[in-house]
Amino acid sequence: MKKAGSRIYMALVFLFLYAPILVLVVFSFNDTATASRTVWDGFTLRWYQRLFEDRMLLEALRNTIVIAVVAAIVSTVLGTMAAVGINSMKKLPRRIVMNVTNLPMVNPDIVTGVSLMLLFVAAVSLFGGRSLGMGSLTAAHITFCLPYVILSVLPKLRQMDPNLYEAAQDLGSPPVKAFFKVVLPEIVPGIVTGMIMAFTLSIDDFVISYFTSGTTQTLPIYIYSMTRRRVSPEINALSTVLFTVVMALLIVVNVRGSKDKAAERKGEEHS
Amino acid sequence: MKTKSKLLSAPYSVWMTVFIVVPMVLVVWFAFTDTAGNFTVENILNVGQYSNVFLRSIGLGAVATVISLVMGYPLAYGIAKMAPRRQSVMVMLVMLPMWMNFLLRTYSWMTLLEDNGLINALLTSIGLPRLHMINTGGAVVLGMVYNYLPYMILPLYSVLTKIDQSVIEAAQDLGANSRHVFLRVIMPMSTPGIISGVTMVFVPAVSTFIISKMLGGGGNLLIGDLIDMQFLGSAYNPNLGSAISLVLMVIILICMGIMNQFDDSDGEEGGIMP
Amino acid sequence: MSDSIISLQDIAVSYGSEQVLKGFNLDIRDGEFVTLLGPSGCGKTTVLRTIGGFITPDTGEVFFGGKKITALPPHKRAVNTIFQRYALFPHLNVYDNIAFGMRLKKKSEKEVKETVHAMLALVNLKGYAHRGVSQLSGGQQQRVAIARALANEPKILLLDEPFGALDLKLRKDMQVELKKIQKQTGITFIFVTHDQEEALSMSDTVVVMDGGEIQQIGSPTDIYNEPKNAFVADFIGESNILDGVMVKDLEVRFAGHTYPCLDKGFGENVPVDVVIRPEDIEVTAADSAHLTGEVTAVTFKGVHYEIIVDVQGFKWMIQSTDYRAVGDRIGLVIGPDDIHVMAKSEYSGLFGDYSTFSDEMDDDINASAESVEDD
Repeated sequence: MKKAGSRIYMALVFLFLYAPILVLVVFSFNDTATASRTVWDGFTLRWYQRLFEDRMLLEALRNTIVIAVVAAIVSTVLGTMAAVGINSMKKLPRRIVMNVTNLPMVNPDIVTGVSLMLLFVAAVSLFGGRSLGMGSLTAAHITFCLPYVILSVLPKLRQMDPNLYEAAQDLGSPPVKAFFKVVLPEIVPGIVTGMIMAFTLSIDDFVISYFTSGTTQTLPIYIYSMTRRRVSPEINALSTVLFTVVMALLIVVNVRGSKDKAAERKGEEHS
Repeated sequence: MKTKSKLLSAPYSVWMTVFIVVPMVLVVWFAFTDTAGNFTVENILNVGQYSNVFLRSIGLGAVATVISLVMGYPLAYGIAKMAPRRQSVMVMLVMLPMWMNFLLRTYSWMTLLEDNGLINALLTSIGLPRLHMINTGGAVVLGMVYNYLPYMILPLYSVLTKIDQSVIEAAQDLGANSRHVFLRVIMPMSTPGIISGVTMVFVPAVSTFIISKMLGGGGNLLIGDLIDMQFLGSAYNPNLGSAISLVLMVIILICMGIMNQFDDSDGEEGGIMP
Repeated sequence: MSDSIISLQDIAVSYGSEQVLKGFNLDIRDGEFVTLLGPSGCGKTTVLRTIGGFITPDTGEVFFGGKKITALPPHKRAVNTIFQRYALFPHLNVYDNIAFGMRLKKKSEKEVKETVHAMLALVNLKGYAHRGVSQLSGGQQQRVAIARALANEPKILLLDEPFGALDLKLRKDMQVELKKIQKQTGITFIFVTHDQEEALSMSDTVVVMDGGEIQQIGSPTDIYNEPKNAFVADFIGESNILDGVMVKDLEVRFAGHTYPCLDKGFGENVPVDVVIRPEDIEVTAADSAHLTGEVTAVTFKGVHYEIIVDVQGFKWMIQSTDYRAVGDRIGLVIGPDDIHVMAKSEYSGLFGDYSTFSDEMDDDINASAESVEDD
């Protein structure tokens, strides 16, 4: 009885979470002449075709991916190095660095966004150079991705038996080699998680991009302008495509993650 | 060896100084200067004119946070009690909508809540009167709950699933009924999850400007809209905008300080992530 | 010393403001099984890490076979360590773990293979080469760690409480095994433990440490029979430690009586600590001994009974094969060779009688007694 109640409750919450998405998806196939968002007029793929002919959109997509790839790589490298450094710091300096690291995570995105905008505008007026665009966007994205990379790598370093690194040196490995041979394989799961997180956060970000983009379009910014100016099932088509891509990615990541966990569990049983 | 690895974080420290610390200093600088660059407190004082906007933001954000907590806790608890294999599927189902661009998620509520939207179409088809939902405070709260509910569920789930079953059994052994077990053991032990969930919902909710723009119409201006207007909108005034941002930051810091009073674990690397 | 393989001279190590070792000197002969024994926080692990090269001392020098190696990094030292939790590389299997050091030395795969199998045979793990290390039990992981270290042909093997995580029986097996390996290889073993039984049963030489200082160095029998001070007496085995006065050579006074003893050279009427091991005390009828007391507790221990006797407020521990009931009045007979006299030290008076068995319990009882008084 109690169980059934909890089942029904869960089903209702999931309905709440998924109904709007379902509506978007269904109406992306709506063959409507009036761009109605409520009346079903038959099936079409017309909106998808339009989507892939939209030059502005494709340009925005390209920008988004370029920024996400660069931001993910740079933040992963910088963040992993930083995590290793932070892990070997004494308590006080570590506290300071971690507080600065947490700042963009606790601060509202809008504040991070406008503060970076002030920085870029000031930099342009001081040093000249081009106005806000791909450069400022990429720098901003690296900035907000870094904390996530660090927070996924640090716990792996913490969990790692510090003796492993010493054991490698003890067996004749110079420190740098010991790091690559022993420490890196141990923290790779954290690094990969951090990188995937950085990539998806970058692709998804609107608020910070909105303030640091100048006239450059990224996909979320373009979506924003679409929702502002026209009412077209094209948006629905775009949602459907994005949702499918994200779902596929998530399944891949999750399968990988559950494999990791299964391996961990196996290890625990035996130790 | 230790000193060398410490150097590895040098590039990061430089990066964060330039892109986090300096911008924060700029916000403070702009907040306390006028357009000519002279020191002034007028911007800060002018923020007072918008106290109604601040109150509305905090009010709507708080309502949305409470609703998310009340809605999310039973769900997180339910998931945590499932078999491990099903747990990960359920967690993924909770996360999935979150990874969809939130502009699109909000847009879909626009199409649902409109006066001639899907919900009203449904209502009229079964003979009920239409409801005016879009462009109301309620619609804004709905948008907040919808967008940020997963941020509440995930941290709650991650603390609930870590609670040792033997602790619960110990409580039962000592004579606690299921209500006592929940109120005296499970609830207090999940406090860190509640705190990070509340933070993760309240902070973006109170500072949003998209949800209010798309679902709130012109009559439900929030702090975020105010800041947007000062930087990229009609009212261009970065000094006032910075002052508003600064006040927003202070409010959020105070809220989080109050929240952390309830948490006795030292939050050096606090539970921001689920 | 010419035949010492490791020599620590005037070593000082501190962590932050905490001074762990100060003016520490130690010489270890080649081929010995040496145990550093002491309570946690006594600095024994710090000594080990200094020899391993993981700690550079603030002052002082480390010599290896007469050569100064104080600043030499760990990977260049002919010293290998068995870490407390083994520190096996989880991403490598047993074979690759053992081969790790040899491959760094660019040995041929053929040689690596031979050595790995020889090492696996040495530690009784034939056939485990291609297992993942996480699939092994604690004892097996332990042996892989030993094989991995020995494959590197160290001159010295450092072992940091290697059996801490094993259960009692496995521990005993591993002790025997380890001693055997040490005999076979002839390598110097430096072993760290807080378990006195382990130290006594395995070592050629025991170094008892406390507070970052060596309290006593000697063979296990010396340490047990001739403790230098109250700390060593209390830490190694059970002992009744009493305040006494050395009346003159071969005569000591304690517990209200004067006893003949075998110790001399303390001078006349000098305050001393007197140690009497519980198994040395003979129990007789109450009227045929100088010392009499009332039994307050009896515990059956298998080979003997552990009897606590209250003699004028001082609680003695006696180990006897004869049963005595609580409340019995008994006599205690102490012969000259049962008495060991030690000079007074900073530890005098810290270790009292057997009212309780641990300092912690002692403190708690005192604290609760005080709080009752406060009420």
